[in-house]
Amino acid sequence: MSGLAGIDPIAVAAALIVASTPILLAAIGELVAERAGVLNLGVEGMMILGAVVGFAAAVATGDVWLGLLAAAAGGAALAALFALLVLGLLANQVATGLALTMFGLGLSALIGQGYIGVRPPPAGRLDLPGLTDLPVAGRLLFAHDVLVYAGLALVAGVWAFLRYTRAGLILRAVGESHDAAHALGFGVRRVRAAAVVFGGACAGLGGAHLSLVRVPQWTEGMTAGAGWIALALVVFASWRPWRVLLGAWLFGGIAVLQLNLQAAGVKIPVEYLAMSPYVVTIVVLVIISADRTRAALNAPAALGRPFHAAG
Amino acid sequence: MIRLERRPAPSAFWTAGTPVLAVALTMVAGGVMFAMLGKDPVATIRTIFWDPLFSPQYAAFSRPQLLVKAGPLILIATGLALGFRAGIWNIGAEGQYIVGAICGAAVGLAFYPLGGWYIFPLMVLAGGLGGWAWAMIPALLKVRFGTSEILVSLMLVYVAEKIVAAMAVGRLRNPEASGFPGSRNLARYPAASNPELIPGTGLHWGVVAAFLAVAVIWLVLARHRLGFQARLAGLAPRAARFAGVSPGRLTLACMGLSGALAGLAGLFEVAGPAGQIRIDFGSGYGFTAIIVAFLGRLHPAGILLAGFLMALTYIGGEIAQFVIGLPAAAIQAFQGMLLFFLLGLDLAANYRLRLGRRAAA
Repeated sequence: MSGLAGIDPIAVAAALIVASTPILLAAIGELVAERAGVLNLGVEGMMILGAVVGFAAAVATGDVWLGLLAAAAGGAALAALFALLVLGLLANQVATGLALTMFGLGLSALIGQGYIGVRPPPAGRLDLPGLTDLPVAGRLLFAHDVLVYAGLALVAGVWAFLRYTRAGLILRAVGESHDAAHALGFGVRRVRAAAVVFGGACAGLGGAHLSLVRVPQWTEGMTAGAGWIALALVVFASWRPWRVLLGAWLFGGIAVLQLNLQAAGVKIPVEYLAMSPYVVTIVVLVIISADRTRAALNAPAALGRPFHAAG
Repeated sequence: MIRLERRPAPSAFWTAGTPVLAVALTMVAGGVMFAMLGKDPVATIRTIFWDPLFSPQYAAFSRPQLLVKAGPLILIATGLALGFRAGIWNIGAEGQYIVGAICGAAVGLAFYPLGGWYIFPLMVLAGGLGGWAWAMIPALLKVRFGTSEILVSLMLVYVAEKIVAAMAVGRLRNPEASGFPGSRNLARYPAASNPELIPGTGLHWGVVAAFLAVAVIWLVLARHRLGFQARLAGLAPRAARFAGVSPGRLTLACMGLSGALAGLAGLFEVAGPAGQIRIDFGSGYGFTAIIVAFLGRLHPAGILLAGFLMALTYIGGEIAQFVIGLPAAAIQAFQGMLLFFLLGLDLAANYRLRLGRRAAA
């Protein structure tokens, strides 16, 4: 295929890192929520709300930073609503997560009406003098926007938090056995609420990366299942932070590759290339879950189970 | 201090009462949202819930639409309800709906331009089988590998959306449409069309199928082993295993049934109201049906009512869009809000609120 020759591997790799950032951010947030024992299926809704709120705030203020802040706040607000329903009112987690996604999609379309076709203020690239000019590594590693680095830092931070801090240990305890954690005097609902809200803020940032940096534009339903892929990513990663990074690069790579193949004019209809990320997600999920003992060992034991301190 | 006390059994009063209360609260919250959009809240609510049925200006057009919109919602939601009761989450009904439509339309188009009484029944069969097969993918993966049926069925919605787009510009494109995307119009091909059965009512075969599904699923839930097993598995999975319920077989049955019904809904839609396979054939019925299933308390009779109510919000939303310029997305947010209130109020059915100090044990 002659079209393949036109693809620059370094450009692809650099694009891969950028493309993986939204799902990386959303997935690392969801990982924290799931390690606390809460399955929030509303990632897609929180992401898209973050995308539109961040976009609107950035356009209104002309400041990308304020946009990102607003995106995190928007995602966190929706997550707080989820926490209220699931932790406060003991609503069904699966159904509430779905409701969150549907509501988020509707609300974002509503907010975003006036912003279709508007250009956001440019997101600054974090160029490091000297490093960015390096031949290969410069373009690959040191010429990205802030959120790319924030995503990597977040993975490292979450890993260290879960592994080395007392708060991280409590969070894991709540996710493994809420009854035991409750008996020890830890506030199960408080810990879970904090984890869910953190997850929402991360998802909101992920959405904002799409609308402010990667695309950069607002279109209705622009997340196109990225939130769901982030959910799959957490399972793929067996609830381990570094594996989330690995998975995000894998999915980012597929997304970029199919776009490059489309652009290179490979003789496969565009629609079939465009469905590849979703098909790969399914295949990967199957491979991971086929190893039953491992999947069962790694999943937080209290994941998705409602907690009600009786008596 | 307020305490929650789990009820030994869900309160019958609140089980029936929460949907009504949820609808009322959604109207209030929705009114606030409409006011924030600069619309008169009372007038907007009246336009959505009253005008489609009783306005002299619009009712003649919009009343038949009620059955057209409620049909697929009810058909899909009754199928979903059985699985949801068993804790089997098929949230990819939208994909099964699309694949059912593609398969059914493909069979019909294959016979074009022949006539014959057997063509439409064959299409119905193909539509149901298509939806069933699409639902079997997550079902088999769940049973064989333990893969989450939630994520797989949802991913398959996106895949189905790409397939229908590929079909509309590829294999199923109308060869006489000079390159425009979209298939031949099945509504104009008598042997393959799903016409309005009684003029002016909106009744088509899909609505008939929806009513039948309500009756059959009601019977299954109340009298059949499958319904009993689904309810048991949902309430007490371990007890269900001891009672000999095979989780695998139950998953296959529930997913298959809901997939087939969603596929049928897609077929009746493509052969009737929609008429053709288009790039954007998926219209969100599969997702709204999830709200319908919950609003109807996962019970066929409730789903029947909920389907009509949700259809009303669709039609009323369109009128509000046209008359007072309410954005289409406002209705989507409104529907999402309804599900929130519903799920939150479920607390009242399952728990008792106790004021004051804890009684001695």
